[in-house]
Amino acid sequence: MTMSEPLLQVRDLITAFDTDGGLVRAVDQVSFSVERGKTLGIVGESGCGKSVTAMSLVRLLPQPAGKILQGEVMFKGRDLTRLKPEELRKVRGNEIGVIFQEPMTALNPVQRIGKQLSECFLLHKGMNKKEAWEASIEMLRLVKIPAPEQRAGDYPHQLSGGMRQRVVIAMALACKPDLVIADEPTTALDVTVQAQILDLMKRLQAEMGMSVMLITHDLGVIAETCDEVVVMYGGRVVERAPVRELFARPLHAYTRGLLASIPRMDTPRKSKLPVIPGMVASLKDFVPGCRFCQRMDRQLSKLLRERPPFIEASPGHWVEACPSCYDSSAA
Amino acid sequence: MPELLRFVRRMTPILSVRDLKVHFPVSGGLFMRQTGSVKAVDGVSIDIAPGETLGLVGESGCGKSTLGKAIVRLHDANAGSIHFDGRDITRLGRGAMRPIRSDLQMVFQDPVESLNARLSVREIIEEPLIIHGTGSAAERRKRVDELLERVGLQRAAADRYPFEFSGGQRQRIGIARAIALNPKLIICDEPVSALDVSVQSQVLNLLLELQQDLGLSYLFIAHDLAVVKHISDRVAVMYLGKIVEMAGADAIYRNPKHAYTKALLSAIPEPDPTLEKKRILLEGDVPSPIDPPKGSAFGHRLKHPRYDETIGADLSLREIEPGHWVAADPCCLEKADWERASRRVA
Repeated sequence: MTMSEPLLQVRDLITAFDTDGGLVRAVDQVSFSVERGKTLGIVGESGCGKSVTAMSLVRLLPQPAGKILQGEVMFKGRDLTRLKPEELRKVRGNEIGVIFQEPMTALNPVQRIGKQLSECFLLHKGMNKKEAWEASIEMLRLVKIPAPEQRAGDYPHQLSGGMRQRVVIAMALACKPDLVIADEPTTALDVTVQAQILDLMKRLQAEMGMSVMLITHDLGVIAETCDEVVVMYGGRVVERAPVRELFARPLHAYTRGLLASIPRMDTPRKSKLPVIPGMVASLKDFVPGCRFCQRMDRQLSKLLRERPPFIEASPGHWVEACPSCYDSSAA
Repeated sequence: MPELLRFVRRMTPILSVRDLKVHFPVSGGLFMRQTGSVKAVDGVSIDIAPGETLGLVGESGCGKSTLGKAIVRLHDANAGSIHFDGRDITRLGRGAMRPIRSDLQMVFQDPVESLNARLSVREIIEEPLIIHGTGSAAERRKRVDELLERVGLQRAAADRYPFEFSGGQRQRIGIARAIALNPKLIICDEPVSALDVSVQSQVLNLLLELQQDLGLSYLFIAHDLAVVKHISDRVAVMYLGKIVEMAGADAIYRNPKHAYTKALLSAIPEPDPTLEKKRILLEGDVPSPIDPPKGSAFGHRLKHPRYDETIGADLSLREIEPGHWVAADPCCLEKADWERASRRVA
């Protein structure tokens, strides 16, 4: 394996849920990669499949409904979709750390946080209990939890939301993973705490050289933390580009609409904001063709029937080339 | 003369809150005796003019939602006063409040929890009309259709149930219910926080449109500062139960005076990757409102050397520039601003 190869490469991933109405695809042939030491952002609105994509990578899909139907997830030369559960468990937590939005669901409410942190060290690093406890305190110090010796003895409910999320980050980073998957890690937090946590993640990333896959709906967070961005809509990637390129020259109508619709500090007050009309169709109603055309109510049957090709419009800038959503003159 | 009359009416606030305090008892120990109190709202004064939007920002636990709920009398005030439309409503009972509620409405953050799942959309919107004895059955029917159209929903929506709608549509239903009785003031408590970005702008546009067409006033409570700036005429910043700064929306963003406002503004991630932002990183969290610091709450968090001076001092708001009010707090102001503030009488 050469260094130029991406750390994680996802190809043609399809994830579906078994429902009363049959199999519905929440993730529909998605491809992207995460480079070593870089941060990839995945942005999109609820139901676009960004979280399901993340859960598919580490195979934490709700069972038994969620299934990976197709595709490969190459991580350091191995296809994670083919690993046996016990092999995958070794990867998860050790080589891939996971941070979810709500820290309370990731923490065991009846176990002291020092003990929960110790687990990573006991399980993956073969330390004894005392060493693991010491290492846990070191991790708490790293994520800037005050008085870590005392806090290690606390239960999760004794900490504030921001402190809990720090503990979850400490757990995800404990084994010095190569990749951290963070699904809306700061969405439940206040802005000043969010700024602390994002700053912390950036600093740790620089120190430890890990890659980050950051899933969020917040374009501000994307702009400030990511190197490359994937925009998802309706279970598919509609655009992918380096962060500055994406914000400077969005090519897909959905990305443009999204960027236009957020009020910014310099938007004239009380002015009418541009909107994306309509709403996302439900999973089971998705057309095979362009799903943004479906939202815009474009009755062009060909557009709705056939999936547009995913093309590289300019070097490194990929877009789903639907004739009415993609303006090739802008590329 | 009508010009002057209109002018006077515009200058008379529709809502006037003075030194409002809302404290919740905290019990503990073997006999569950009251051991203290959460000072959720601790001496707040605000005015809202007819047709005006006052934005209220602050982080979780700062008391902004409690303040909103106290104004519509979902919480009782421990001290201070609330005047609405010229009447003192601070201590009105349920019965006496009822006629006032048609003028004073609220829109909540979570449109799932605030709509009764077992009622059809028609029943939800019609309910306030029935309670206030407005119109005949046929008139009410017409009014519901009108309201649905007004908030951008189809008439067919009336016979469906909340669960059949998306978050944005549910928020529209909540807004239709709130405007059913032609209110004068709506307390909007994080009305777009739970919505997706593209839907959020739809709802913001709707609120702006309704304000223009119906002359509504809003108290717009939110933690998203860009959203608050967009919709508000003036903005108040709340920290630990108190307002620390209040000014015109553009002024407060362009020229914040209080250290907390500055930190809050610097923390917003801007959707522009070319910006190099200088961020003021705060240590720790908002302190507990059960046992708040005795002096300047934010000065305490900053561990400011002048904190001791603020214990027992009068930290109330002073007008240091026309329309720009800030807490007279030596820990949180630049030297020149502090000098100006300390010279002004509260």
